Amino acid sequence: MSVALPLPWLIVVPLGGAMASFLVPERWRVRLGLAVLPVMWLVTLAVLGDLAAHGVQVHALGGWSAPLGITLLADGLALGMVALTTLVFSLCAVHAASHAAEKGHNGEIGFLWPLLWFLVAALNSIWLSADIFNLYVGLELLGLTAVGLVALTGSAEALAAAMRYLLAALLGSLCYLLGVALLYAAGGSLALGDLGTIAGSGATARVALALMTLGLILKTALFPLHAWLPPAHGGALAPVSALLSALVVKASLYILIRLWLALDPDVATAAAANLLGALGAGAVLWGGWMAWRQTKLKYLVAYSTVAQIGYLFLFFPLVTGTSTIAGGLAWDGTLLMLISHALAKAGMFLAAGNLVLAMGSPLIADLSGISRFRPLSLFSFGLAGVSLMGLPPSGGFTAKWLLLQSALHSGQWWWVVVLIVGGLLSAAYVFKVLRHSFVEGPKRDHFNSPPMAMELAALALAAAGMGVGLAAQSPLTWMRIGSPFGVGG
Amino acid sequence: MALNTWLPLIVVATSLFAALGIFLLREERHTLRSAFNLSAAAIKLGLVIWMAIGVLDQVRYETRYTLIDGVSFILRADPLGIMFAGLSSVLWLFTTIYAIGYLENAPNRSRFFGFFSLCVASTVGIALAGNLFTFFLFYELLTLSTYPLVVHRGTAKSLRAGKIYLAYTLGGGAVLLLGVAALHTLVGDVEFSAGAGLRVLDPALHPMLVVIFVMLIMGLGVKAALLPLHGWLPTAMVAPAPVSALLHAVAVVKAGAFGIVRVVYDVFGIEFAWQLGLLAPLAVLASATILYGSLRALAQTDLKRRLAYSTVSQVSYIVLGTALFGPVGTVGGLVHLLHQGLMKITLFFCAGNYAETLGVHRIDELDGAGRRMPATSVAFTLGAFGMIGVPPLAGFVTKWYLGIGALQAGMEWVVAVLVLSSVLNAAYFLPVLHRIWFRPQRAPWPDEHFHAHRDTHPWLLLPTLATAAMSLAAGVLAGMPFSPLYWAEVVVHQSYLP
Repeated sequence: MSVALPLPWLIVVPLGGAMASFLVPERWRVRLGLAVLPVMWLVTLAVLGDLAAHGVQVHALGGWSAPLGITLLADGLALGMVALTTLVFSLCAVHAASHAAEKGHNGEIGFLWPLLWFLVAALNSIWLSADIFNLYVGLELLGLTAVGLVALTGSAEALAAAMRYLLAALLGSLCYLLGVALLYAAGGSLALGDLGTIAGSGATARVALALMTLGLILKTALFPLHAWLPPAHGGALAPVSALLSALVVKASLYILIRLWLALDPDVATAAAANLLGALGAGAVLWGGWMAWRQTKLKYLVAYSTVAQIGYLFLFFPLVTGTSTIAGGLAWDGTLLMLISHALAKAGMFLAAGNLVLAMGSPLIADLSGISRFRPLSLFSFGLAGVSLMGLPPSGGFTAKWLLLQSALHSGQWWWVVVLIVGGLLSAAYVFKVLRHSFVEGPKRDHFNSPPMAMELAALALAAAGMGVGLAAQSPLTWMRIGSPFGVGG
Repeated sequence: MALNTWLPLIVVATSLFAALGIFLLREERHTLRSAFNLSAAAIKLGLVIWMAIGVLDQVRYETRYTLIDGVSFILRADPLGIMFAGLSSVLWLFTTIYAIGYLENAPNRSRFFGFFSLCVASTVGIALAGNLFTFFLFYELLTLSTYPLVVHRGTAKSLRAGKIYLAYTLGGGAVLLLGVAALHTLVGDVEFSAGAGLRVLDPALHPMLVVIFVMLIMGLGVKAALLPLHGWLPTAMVAPAPVSALLHAVAVVKAGAFGIVRVVYDVFGIEFAWQLGLLAPLAVLASATILYGSLRALAQTDLKRRLAYSTVSQVSYIVLGTALFGPVGTVGGLVHLLHQGLMKITLFFCAGNYAETLGVHRIDELDGAGRRMPATSVAFTLGAFGMIGVPPLAGFVTKWYLGIGALQAGMEWVVAVLVLSSVLNAAYFLPVLHRIWFRPQRAPWPDEHFHAHRDTHPWLLLPTLATAAMSLAAGVLAGMPFSPLYWAEVVVHQSYLP
C-alpha cells in the first residue's frame, strides 16, 4: 500500500517542476508551469481522498521510520494547508502567466517560475514534516527561495528589501536551529510526537522553546520584529507578494503551533502564551495604524498583513490553560482566520497589483476615477477587504466570531477588545482605498487595462475568502482530523 | 413541501442575483438593465405576497443550515418578518422605477443599481433572519452595500458624508457584535422565539443581561438614529434622492428599528424585558428622540434636511410602541413601521421631484410650487398631513394606538409626548404647505427642467403618486384585510398573545 501512497509526490512534483523549469529555455517556462498545475491538483486530491478514506497517514520515506528516518505526517491540519497552497498557488500562477503573456516575454523575471516551484516544494515539506530538523530544512529552503523572489525585479529598492529579508530569515533559522540542537541533546529524538515525553520540563526544554519561538516569530514578522516585511512584501511582484503574505509567513507560525501543542504544558506556560498574545495584540493595533498611514497601495496591503498576523497569535493564550470548549473554538477560529486571510490577502495583493498596473502609479492618491474604469479589480479589492475587516458574510467574520466566542468562554475579555478594535482599524484602511477610488476628480480617462485573466484570478481568490465564511463547517471538520481538538469544538 | 424550505432563500436571492446580473452588464446597456431590474423586483414582490398568504394559513417557510458547530444560518418567514419584507419589496419596486427616471443620463448607473439591489437583498435578509446571528450577518452587509450609494456622486461632500456614515454604522456594528457574541456565550444560538432561552437563566446573570441589552440597543440605535446616535443621518442627505428615500423609508433606519423590535419581543420577550426594567428607559429615550428630532427639524431651511430630522423623530415612534407594555402599544409601533415607510418615501420622492424639476432645494424657494407641480404637491401634502397625524390618515392610526397603548401600560406621560410631537410636526410641515399652495411664485425657478410636462417626468411622478395613494389607503382603509393595521394585529395575535 505504501508504494501507491501519493504523499511524497506532494514534494516531488514541485521539485521536479522547479528542476525542469531551470532546464528548459525561458520562453517555455510559463507553459511548463501551467502544465504541471493539473498534476499538482491530482496529487492534492488523491491525498485528500486518502485522508477521507483512511484517516491520518504516516509515511516513512524509504521505509526508515523515526527516530532514524524521515517521516511525513498527513493529518487534517497538514493536508488542509496543502490544499490551501495548491489553490492559492494555482491562481497566483495564472496571474503571473497572463502577465507574462501580456508583456510578450519574461524579461528580467526569468527565474520567477523555477523559484515559484521551489517555494511550493518548501511549503509542502513544512506542512508534512513530522520532525523538527526536517522542519528546519524546509524553513531554510523556504526562506532562501522567498528572498530570491523578492530580489527578482533587480531594482535597488528590491535588493535592499531582499537583503533585509535575508538577514531576518537567516537569523530566525539560526535561533530555531539552536533550539533544535538543545532539544536533540536533551532527548535524543527529533520527532515532533516524542518531544512531549522526551524533552521533559526542565530548563533545557524551556530555553530551547524560547529560542525556537524567537526564531519563528521573527520569520512570521510578529510585532515588533516585523520591520523587514513591508518593504519585502510591498515591493515584490504582485503574485509573489500574494504568495509571501498568504502562505510563507504562515509556515513559521504553523511550526510554532505544532511545537506548542507537542510540548509539555510546563514548558509552554500560560505566561509565555500571554506574552505571545500581547505581541499579537500589538501587531493588530500597530499594523492597522501603520497600514492606514501608508501612501502606497501595496505597502498598505503589506502592513495589513502585519496586523492580521497578530490575530493568529491570539491562539496561544486562548488554548493554553483554558477549557476544552474555549481551546476547540480557538483552534477552529485560528485555522479559519489563517485560511481566509490567505485567500483574501492573496486576492487583495493581486487586485492591488492590477490597480497599480492600471494606474501606472503606486500611489493611493492616484486611484481617483478608477472605480469607473477597472470596477472588477476594485470590486475584488473590496471583497477581500470585507474579509480582512471581519465583516459578514466572510471567512474573516466567521473566524473572528469563533475567536470572540473562545475569548468569552475563557473569560479573557481583553482579547475581545483587540478583535473589535482591530476590525475597526482595518475598516479604516480598506475604506481609505475605496474612498480614493470613488473620487470623481478631474476627468482622467486613460488607464492601462490588464488582461481579463489577471482580474479574474484576483476575483476568484477574494470570492473564495468570502465563501469560506459561509461554508466553514466542512474545512474545519477536515482539519480537526488527527488534531488534539479532534471531537467537537 | 420542499419548495417551502427554499422559498425564504429564493426571496433573498432574487435581489442578490439581480445585483450580480447588473454588475456584469456593461454600463451602456440601460434598457436591458432596467428591464432586468424591474422584473427581479416584480418577481420578488410576487414571492413575498405568496409567502404572506401562506403565513396567514400557518404554513412554515424555513431555510436552515449549520454554518459552524452551534451556529445556524436561518431564514424564516414569520408574520413580523413578512411585514418588513413586504414593505421592502413594495418600495424596492417603486424606488427602482423612480431611480431609473432620476438617474437618466447620469454616469455610473451600473454600480448604482447593483448596490441598490444588494441593499434590498440585505434588507429582506434582515426581515427574514430567524436568529440573531443571521440578523447580524445581513445587518452588516447592509452597511457595506449602502456605502457606495451614499458616496455615489463622488464629490468631496458626499465622501465626507460617507466617512461619517461608516464611522457611525461600523462602530455601532462592533458594539452589536459584542452584544450578540456575549449572548451567544450565555445561551447558545439565539433564535427569535419570544425570549424562551433567557427567562430560565440564573437570576444572578440578570445584570449581565441588562448590559447585553444596552449593547444591542446601542448597536441597533445607530441605524435607527436614536438620540444621541443620529448624527450620520442628516449628513447622509447629500446622496441622490432615491438613496435618501431608500435609506430613510426602508432600508437603514428601519433595519435598526426592526432589530429593536426583534430584540425586545423575540430575544428577551416583552414580559421579561419588563421584569428587568428595561422598557421604561427605552420609552424615555424614544420620546426624547421624538421631541429632539422635531425641534431640530423646525430649524432646518433645506427641505431634505428637514425631512431627515423628521425621520429621526418618526422612527422613534416604532421604538416607543415597542417599549409600551401591552398589545395595543405593540400594534401602534408595528403599524408605524409600515406607515412611516410609505409616508416618508412619498415625501422624499416629492423633494426629489422639486429638486430635479425646478432646482429647488431650500424651503423658502418653494413659493408657488403647487401651481407648477400640482400632482407632486398633492402627494407631498398627503404625506405631510399623514405625518402630522390628521385623521383619517395613516399617522393618525399610529398615534391613536400608541396613545391607548400608553394608557394601558400606565405611562400617561407618553400621551403628552404624542400631543406635543404632533404640534411640532404641524409646526414644521404646515409652513411648507403654506408656501407651496398659498404664496405666489417669487422668482424664476433656480434650474427648471421638463418644460414639456405639466408636472414632472412620468417615471418620477408615477411612483410618487402610487406611494401617496398607498399611504392614504393605509389610513382610510385601516379596517380592511391586508391593511398595515390588519397585518400588525396578525403579528401581535400570532406571536405575542398565547
